[in-house]
Amino acid sequence: MSNIHVTTKINGDPTEYLCAPDETLLDVLRDRLGMTGSKEGCGTGDCGACSVTINGRLVCSCLVLGAEAEGAEIETIEGMADGDQLHPLQQKFIEHAALQCGICTPGILVAAKSLLEKNPDPTEEEARYWLAGNLCRCTGYDKIIRAVLDTAADLRKAS
Amino acid sequence: MRYLAPTTLDDAIQLLSGDPGDCRVLAGGTDLLVRLRSGDAEPDSILDIKRIEDLRQITKEDGGWLIGAAVSSAEMNEHAELKAAYPGVCEAADLIGSTQIQGRCTLAGNLCNASPAADSVPAMVAVRAVARVAGPNGTRDVAVEDIPTGPGKTSLEKGEFVASIFLPAKPDRSGDAYLRFIPRTEMDIAVVGCGLSLTLDNDGTCTDARVALGAVGPKVMLVDAAAEALIGTKLDDAAMQALSKACSDAATPIADKRGTVEFRTHVAGVLARRAAAIAKTRAEG
Ligand SMILES: Cc1cc2nc3c(=O)[nH]c(=O)nc-3n(C[C@H](O)[C@H](O)[C@H](O)COP(=O)(O)OP(=O)(O)OC[C@H]3O[C@@H](n4cnc5c(N)ncnc54)[C@H](O)[C@@H]3O)c2cc1C
Ligand code: FES
Ligand code: FES
Repeated sequence: MSNIHVTTKINGDPTEYLCAPDETLLDVLRDRLGMTGSKEGCGTGDCGACSVTINGRLVCSCLVLGAEAEGAEIETIEGMADGDQLHPLQQKFIEHAALQCGICTPGILVAAKSLLEKNPDPTEEEARYWLAGNLCRCTGYDKIIRAVLDTAADLRKAS
Repeated sequence: MRYLAPTTLDDAIQLLSGDPGDCRVLAGGTDLLVRLRSGDAEPDSILDIKRIEDLRQITKEDGGWLIGAAVSSAEMNEHAELKAAYPGVCEAADLIGSTQIQGRCTLAGNLCNASPAADSVPAMVAVRAVARVAGPNGTRDVAVEDIPTGPGKTSLEKGEFVASIFLPAKPDRSGDAYLRFIPRTEMDIAVVGCGLSLTLDNDGTCTDARVALGAVGPKVMLVDAAAEALIGTKLDDAAMQALSKACSDAATPIADKRGTVEFRTHVAGVLARRAAAIAKTRAEG
C-alpha cells in the first residue's frame, strides 16, 4: 500500500503529509501531525468528538479520508485560541462550567463556532439541533447550551 | 487499497469499469467509511467522485432539478429555490444524521447504500425521481425505486454508478412531504418513513398522488392503493382514513428492538395521513 502525498492548509498553515489510502483525517491529525485536540470517541460518526471544518463545512474527521483533504482548508480546535487569548466560546465554557471530563469539549467548541458563524442569533432549539451530533456523557448539555447562547449574545453586542 | 480521485466523469467511468477488483464509489463516506472501519467492506480501490465538478452542481433541467451525486444534504438545504420546489425531498435529506453527517452525505449515497430505512429514498420515490446512471455503455435513466433491490443490494451493473438524481418538473398546485418516526428527536434510524406527493386542481380535488414507505419492507415500497385512496377526492376525512388503511395494509415490517410489527404497521398509516396534510397545505401554496 503506497502512501499518498497531500497538501493542505490547517488552521491557516500550509501543511503537507503522507497518509495511507484508508487512513482517516482524524488519524492523520492525531498520529501524523501530533494535533491531538480532535478526539476519537466512536470512529463511526456518532459522537462528534472529532469535529473539524473542511472548507468551512463542519464534518466528523473520523469519516473523512486523509487523502480527501488535498487542496482543502481545515480548521481544528488547535486553531481556535489566538495564542494565549481564548476564543469567546472557550472563555464562556469555563465560566459556565460547560465541561467536566472534557473529551467532548474540542468537538463541541468547533461545532458551536461553526454554528455562530452561520447563525449569530440561534434559538435554544436551533443550538440543540445543531449540536445533536456532539455527545456529552458528563454535563447533561444544559450548561453547554447556555454557554453557547451567552457567547452568541456577547458577540452580537460586540459587533 | 487504492484511492482514486478522477476529475472528469469519463475518467471516473473508465476507472470504475476498468478496475479488475472491488472498487467502491466514495461520495460523502458516511456509510462507506463506517464499513471500512468495521471490516464490513474491504475494497481494492475507492473512487472518490467529489472532485468531478459536474457532480457537485445543482442545476435546473426541463423545469425540474438535477442534483449531482457529490452534492451534500447541507448544500441542498442551502439552495432556496430547490427547497421551495421540493420541500419533501430536502427535509428528508435534512433528517439524515447530524449537522456533521449532513455536511457530507448525498442523496445518491443514501440510495446506493440500499438501507430499507434510508430517509431520502421514499421522498425521492414520491416525486418520481430518476437516477441518472453512468457506465461504460453510456447513460441510462432508472426510476429511483428500481435502484435498491433489497437490503444492501442495488440493480447497478459492474462499472455503473449514479451520476445524478433528477427531480422532474411537477404541475402547479403540487406538494411533497416526508415524515419519519424515531424514538428520539435527532440522530436515529427511521422506524417507519413516509414520502408523499400530491397535485390538486383548482377546486381542491386531488388529481395525482404518490405514496412511498420506508423501513416496513426489504426496500422502499411504492403503495399504489394509497395513491388511489387520494386521487379524485378532496382529501376529506374518509380519504385520509382510506390512505392510512392502504399504507398499514401494504406494510410488511419486521420486528426488532426499534419497533414491533404491530407498531410499525400502525405508524405507517399515521405518518401517511400527516404527510398528506402537509403536502396538501404546500400544494395550496
Ligand atoms: C451517525 C450517522 C447517522 C446517520 N443517520 C442516518 C439517518 O438518519 N437516515 C439515513 O437515511 N441514513 C443515515 N445515516 C447513513 C448515511 O449517512 C446515509 O445513508 C448517507 O446518505 C450516505 O451518503 P454518502 O454520500 O455518505 O454515502 P457513501 O458512504 O459515500 O456511500 C454509501 C454507499 O453507496 C455507494 N455509493 C455512493 N455514491 C454512489 C454513487 N453515486 N453511485 C453508486 N454507488 C454509490 C458507496 O460505494 C457505498 O456503498 C447515518 C450515518 C451515520 C454515520
Ligand atoms: S470519533 Fe468521529 S464522530 Fe465519534
Ligand atoms: S464533559 Fe465529559 S463527555 Fe462532555
